[in-house]
Amino acid sequence: MGALNIVTYIFIVIGLFFNVVGCIGLNRFPDVYTRLHAATKCTTFGSIFLIMAVIVQSVGIWAMEGALSSQSILSIHAVIALVALLITNATGAHAIARAAHRSGEKPARAVVDDLEGKDIDD
Amino acid sequence: MMWWLPAAIVMAVCMLACIARIFIGPGAPTRLVAFDTTNTLVVALLVILALMFNQVVFVDVAIVYAVLSFIMTLYVARFIEGKKF
Repeated sequence: MGALNIVTYIFIVIGLFFNVVGCIGLNRFPDVYTRLHAATKCTTFGSIFLIMAVIVQSVGIWAMEGALSSQSILSIHAVIALVALLITNATGAHAIARAAHRSGEKPARAVVDDLEGKDIDD
Repeated sequence: MMWWLPAAIVMAVCMLACIARIFIGPGAPTRLVAFDTTNTLVVALLVILALMFNQVVFVDVAIVYAVLSFIMTLYVARFIEGKKF
């Protein structure tokens, strides 16, 4: 149990650090694209590590208590939640960026917009 | 005792910062970004609380919340884009 606890502490610290960094970036960056960059990447990474800490801890309790433990359901469902988070976050961030660009949102202090007038796929 | 309660408190503070950005953020895309970030934090917080209180139901709620918030994000993004559905 000692090694599993150490791994869990490391995962919790990494996850909380990246979540806090993502929230600071969301509140400090100047325009929507940089905010999307900071917030989505950092909170996805941090949430992945927090859920992995939960998975490690519950699998440890499961292995300690035997096959009929209630932690088995928790760990498997946490894996499903992790997969759902992985799939949905990247896709949602892409949709937000495309919608922001097509609605005419400009980057802060931008000089050249390489994608100007190139929305030809619809 | 593990560090689940301090982790949950830090996550709640992060969520409050994101909700403040929802209220003050200029324009609809920034608000949508802040809302998406808040949804991610809510999912992670629900999984942590499930292990803290030993309730498996919270993880199921987290799965459904992740999928539904993804659908909401896509829908509002289409609305911001300004096209027909």
